[in-house]
Amino acid sequence: MDRRESLKALALGTLSVGTILAATGCEDKKGATGASEHPNVTTAGYGRTPEEAARDKALADEKFFTPAEMKTITILADIIIPADEHSGSASEAKVPEFIEFIVKDIPEHQLPMRGGLRWLDVQCAKRFNKSFAESSEQQRIEVVDLIAYPEKALPENSQGVAFFNRMRNLTATGFFTSKPGIKDLNYIGNTPNEWDGVPDDVLKQYGYAYDERTLAISLKMEDRGKLMTWD
Amino acid sequence: MAFEIKKQGKVYDVCIVGSGAGGGMAAKILSDAGLKVALLEAGPKYDPADPEQSTQLKWSYESPRRGASTTRPFGDFDAAYGGWEIDGEPYTRKNGTEFDWFRSRMLGGRTNHWGRISLRFGPRDFKHKSYDGLGDDWPITYDDVAPFYDRVDKMIGVFGSKENMPNEPDGFFLPPPKPRLHELMVKKAGDRLGIPVIPARLSILTRSVNKDRSPCFYCSQCSRSCKVYGDFSSSSVLVNPAMKSGHVDLYTNAMVREVLTDGSGKATGVAYVDRNDLQEYSVNAKVVVLAASACESARLLLNSKSAKHPNGLANSSGVVGKYLHDSTGSSRSGFLPHLMDRKRYNEDGVGGMHMYVPWWEDNKKLDFARGYHIEFGGGMHMPTYGYGFGMENMNGKYPGRDGKTKPAGGYGALLKDDYRRFYGAHIGFAGRGECIAREDNYCEIDPNVVDKYGIPVLRFNYTWSDHEIKQAKHMQDTFEQIIHEMGGVANGTKPGADTKYGLENPGRIIHEVGTTRMGDDPNKSVLNKFNQAHEVKNLFVVDGGAFVSQADKNPTWTILALSMRASEYIVDQLKKQNL
Repeated sequence: MDRRESLKALALGTLSVGTILAATGCEDKKGATGASEHPNVTTAGYGRTPEEAARDKALADEKFFTPAEMKTITILADIIIPADEHSGSASEAKVPEFIEFIVKDIPEHQLPMRGGLRWLDVQCAKRFNKSFAESSEQQRIEVVDLIAYPEKALPENSQGVAFFNRMRNLTATGFFTSKPGIKDLNYIGNTPNEWDGVPDDVLKQYGYAYDERTLAISLKMEDRGKLMTWD
Repeated sequence: MAFEIKKQGKVYDVCIVGSGAGGGMAAKILSDAGLKVALLEAGPKYDPADPEQSTQLKWSYESPRRGASTTRPFGDFDAAYGGWEIDGEPYTRKNGTEFDWFRSRMLGGRTNHWGRISLRFGPRDFKHKSYDGLGDDWPITYDDVAPFYDRVDKMIGVFGSKENMPNEPDGFFLPPPKPRLHELMVKKAGDRLGIPVIPARLSILTRSVNKDRSPCFYCSQCSRSCKVYGDFSSSSVLVNPAMKSGHVDLYTNAMVREVLTDGSGKATGVAYVDRNDLQEYSVNAKVVVLAASACESARLLLNSKSAKHPNGLANSSGVVGKYLHDSTGSSRSGFLPHLMDRKRYNEDGVGGMHMYVPWWEDNKKLDFARGYHIEFGGGMHMPTYGYGFGMENMNGKYPGRDGKTKPAGGYGALLKDDYRRFYGAHIGFAGRGECIAREDNYCEIDPNVVDKYGIPVLRFNYTWSDHEIKQAKHMQDTFEQIIHEMGGVANGTKPGADTKYGLENPGRIIHEVGTTRMGDDPNKSVLNKFNQAHEVKNLFVVDGGAFVSQADKNPTWTILALSMRASEYIVDQLKKQNL
């Protein structure tokens, strides 16, 4: 169904959820402004103005992290969000690519990220005479454990704690805003539907009920498609 | 090409500057009456039903920054083009004071992204000086405006409930949506604390009011502007239908620089620069209606100097730009441990709160003069940039699934599970209150600075008084009380006197009004009670500039009602050949 028809269907008040889903499920994906070749960067199709599309493309075309830094970011991201029985790992959800983009978009992340990665490599060099990425899995975890628990960490590792907090934040936000992350979190909105209140079992679980007045004045779903009149 | 101002011979009945709430309503009423209208908008065309422009129903991952607010101040998916800073269009500040000026350059202006909170002013809001001796009374009463509020309700649609509260007048409401879980929890806490929690009043169609617009389909994304026009925005609901009359010529990307006048001092039209071709143009009209936003309209008047109007147009009183006031705002968030591990279901609902708190206290018993309402939000939203930040401040405080508390922070599968467990268990409260209008809060023309079009820019001077600061303190005390009563834990530290109790900079709430206020005395006001300039009878201002005081309500519904009223006055006066 094309958009015009689907709007008409909605306007006519033929408003079963199924109809609406069908009507908007085939939203056309074209977007003329500045299509990108970068796999994790969509510069088209989300309502950009020409200036915004140009900025997205310029950011995507820049590079900030070195290949060595990206390798460390990828290892850290997968330590923070590994695959489990619900979903894949951070790197499978392209979190490192998101981090590369976001530090260019929000430059205040750049220095703490670059310096933090360096701090981490120096800690590993002191201990194992190797960079973080070259260290064994066990050695990596040994260093991560020094900085992953803010309330237990030693004062001399406080800069590492600050870096790991930032890395944890960016990894989590990158993962849980990705397609697999949103699915894992089980957010089930962003779709045309009907809101007829909190499900009964949930109301019961928390000891709530809609009172009589609320039920009397609230929208009745069957009235949704009917034009309102007051006279 | 020679640099010249391109003039057209055509003379419109009315030229309207700005297509937001005030301008859109004027275009609708004036074109319905058969008048020939030129509608000028400084930004581009915008239609949320245009797939090239729509952001509705997009997923976070469709934005490379996951919806972060780097490009647009309220995030990538927000519908407003513009913000507090616009490239090439600066403004300045004076005396070390703060004011942040939000502008949306687009058809429909700021109505495309606003919260749709549509509150009528009450009887007391028009006569506040008579109650507490502060500020000034309006030259009109609630009864003067009520019939227009009634018509706006029916024409545009607003859901709500009849509550019979003295200063929160009921209207012609659509049925409200049922409350969400956290809203029921706030209501229960409010009942215990004696704080009223009632159905919100939002201009979102739970039922349709005409055949051109579909009812809400509950995606919670009104800030993205609705492709089926299930919410109110001026472009979708007023300008588009007005265009269909054939009586309206729309000029987009038309940045108006001044109002033109003749030797007698009457307005003859406006001069504008086209933002695309950078050429200068003029439009002629019998009547000029400014609806460019309170500060932009004041700027236009102040920049329209002539021999007859050396102080700026309609400004012999010197009042243009003065009495600028924005709503107060302060906020606090909290965590609800009993909502951890909650069952998932779609609770998007409408694009905003289903319930809210109107002002409930008696100011005579308090140490500040005016009230505020409380907006609140929570629940299971689509995660966007920032989701999951600060877990190290949360996950060491609450026991895990095994009943044991583990050290804060961490990594790995246990951490990953924490993000699931904490999802949807947060709540946020924001107060929006009335600031008392003062002569010494103002915008004026900066003598030294122009924008990229060569138009002199505004310079702001704005301070909060003790009334607003103490009001913010009251907000913070109330938020903590409610969060505590709900069994929650307030996040962070309570904002104290050093931050004016979290009081936002003026301009941040985007309710600025008062710069061309109405009144009966031409020495103390710019407009008469029909939004008509005292000094220039064919000049009107129908945006928030006309407000004498702003109430603890959002201004949009009152802008719409007053613009409708002023527009019908224009039709009447043109018929009588009085303009």
